[in-house]
Amino acid sequence: MPELAMRFGPYGGRYVPETVISALDELGEAYLRYRGDADFVRELNGLLDTYVGRPTPLYLAERLGARYGIDRLYLKREDLCHTGAHKINNALGQVLLAQRMGKRRIIAETGAGQHGVATATASALFGMSCCVYMGRTDMERQRLNVIRMKMLGAEVRPVDSGTGTLKHATSEAIRDWVTNVAETHYVIGSAVGPAPYPEIVADLQSVIGRETRAQMLAVEGRLPGSAVACVGGGSNAIGMFRGFLSDPDVQLIGVEAAGDGVETGRHGASLGHGKPGVLHGSLSYLLQDAEGQVAEAHSISAGLDYPGVGPEHSYLRDIGRVRYESVTDLDALAAFTALSQSEGIIPALETAHALALVGRQAAELNALGPVVVCLSGRGDKDVDQAGAALGINA
Amino acid sequence: MSIRPAPHWGSMPDGAARLQAAFPSNRAALIPYVMGGFPNVAASRDYAHALAPYADIIELGIPFSDPLADGPTIQAAGQRALEAGTRPSDVIEIAASLRGGPPVVLMTYVTLILSAGPERFFAHAADAGVAGVIIPDLPLDEGDSLRAAARAAGVAVIPLAAPTTSDARLAAIGTQADAFTYLVSVAGVTGGEVAVDDTLRAFVARARANISSPLAVGFGIRTPTQAIAIGAFADGVVIASHLIRIIEQADDHAAAIAAIGAYGAELASALAAGRSDAG
Repeated sequence: MPELAMRFGPYGGRYVPETVISALDELGEAYLRYRGDADFVRELNGLLDTYVGRPTPLYLAERLGARYGIDRLYLKREDLCHTGAHKINNALGQVLLAQRMGKRRIIAETGAGQHGVATATASALFGMSCCVYMGRTDMERQRLNVIRMKMLGAEVRPVDSGTGTLKHATSEAIRDWVTNVAETHYVIGSAVGPAPYPEIVADLQSVIGRETRAQMLAVEGRLPGSAVACVGGGSNAIGMFRGFLSDPDVQLIGVEAAGDGVETGRHGASLGHGKPGVLHGSLSYLLQDAEGQVAEAHSISAGLDYPGVGPEHSYLRDIGRVRYESVTDLDALAAFTALSQSEGIIPALETAHALALVGRQAAELNALGPVVVCLSGRGDKDVDQAGAALGINA
Repeated sequence: MSIRPAPHWGSMPDGAARLQAAFPSNRAALIPYVMGGFPNVAASRDYAHALAPYADIIELGIPFSDPLADGPTIQAAGQRALEAGTRPSDVIEIAASLRGGPPVVLMTYVTLILSAGPERFFAHAADAGVAGVIIPDLPLDEGDSLRAAARAAGVAVIPLAAPTTSDARLAAIGTQADAFTYLVSVAGVTGGEVAVDDTLRAFVARARANISSPLAVGFGIRTPTQAIAIGAFADGVVIASHLIRIIEQADDHAAAIAAIGAYGAELASALAAGRSDAG
């Protein structure tokens, strides 16, 4: 039987309290079993097809391409997934797995609220109780998603510690899991956490890259010259990149949050400016101080406002397979407006970081051939915050 | 009381030998916890010294920004310690000030040790007389090179076991336990309230059957009555969050020292009486 990856090079592992080790073992065994189980696969694929709306389109964004100076700019429309982002791909797979494992209670952490909404949605679909941990700051800046989660029947537990963002929500979710591990499945929202979570999340998100690869071959008759995705924990990025890791001619670029600018120290660029350390159960690049205390990240985008990153990204960075760049809040806002007004698509602020990078490095990317951006989520959730930042009132 | 194997003096780190010797033969060991730097470094040093006369082993916490195994009380204490500017080296200096008293084990999270560099961290700790280290986010499958660095420096790594740990894993944990094993009383984080019931007795018995080192039980032990009850079937009891609550409730520093000293004395005499009552 194949095993799930525990490490990516030196990164990953499971640095967690002993209490949850047996649950991680159980999760890994269950995932391996059901991934090869015809009924499970049929049910999951059926839901991805008829409930999520997969495959998502690969859209040729001609007007944004012209604006940026890119001949063939494609958007992988994960924003068209049910609930508005790629997060549902993972949440649905994990909640279906939890149901097969006989768990009755689902917990999750959320930053931007997209993973929380996706998990609340999947829990409603399967009749499971759902509790989502969310930092107080994030509850304010992603208010609409808080309301959606509650409408879906989930309990949203505010987390007041620290800056009230994704790091703190994740810590609280893990503490809940340690305490209620027997009946609870923890649906982690990104390709982070203790093994086997990073591998399971990447596997469930790899549908993005698989579809993109086939769609590019169908419409262009070739692979893209480059694929670009934003990276907080990095689940949409790893889902996209897995479609092209074995194609050395496809340039892969992950885009982190530069916040106020990396020179200010107020950013979320762990791969660019962190060093290896352990947060939330795995060894990976991490923003930390000289003593190893985990630093607070800063980003206008709640989903990228995280001092850690998935361990596979750390490995891909070290071996040079993926290039990681960063984009400031201001540049992301400009790209947010550019896509909204040139294509009629309002992107999530997270996603806007990937678009901004494409705009910044358009000439170089255009020379490589068609460019694909993972349009990981839509921006409805960001109307309050982006509206305030852009001076747009009702 | 368990029958312990003859200590392997030749291969055992010095710290492990000191910790094994700290477990009394006629009663359960008292292991109080002090968060280094809470509410500031000097005060926490005083608390550790106030508890030392009653302690068989002192557990000294190095504050960490994201303590996954800790409940609200220790989280908040650690946060205050960090806000007061506490660094790991400050806590190791508190350990050094306790030389000549009960052996000290540091309690901290793995990333702080990785950040310092395990060789450097353990050499520094050993120089300060630290006997052992408890790392709640380092299960037995991780950290082989970290353990080797600790052993080379003469610092014992105290493994943890939980009620959810299988018999096979308990046995594997036992092979790493050259000083003692820390049994987490409940599936959960620190600072709840332990239930001294058949479930806990069965877990300690299962650990006893698979692990030959002394067994200390921690998480959620608050009252002398609970300490006595657990001390009747375990080799040591760890009191942590409750001591922090006593410090928080005191009117001032002097009152806090008096209160935890009195509580330490009460626990120590309760454990002594509890074991003699049990025969």
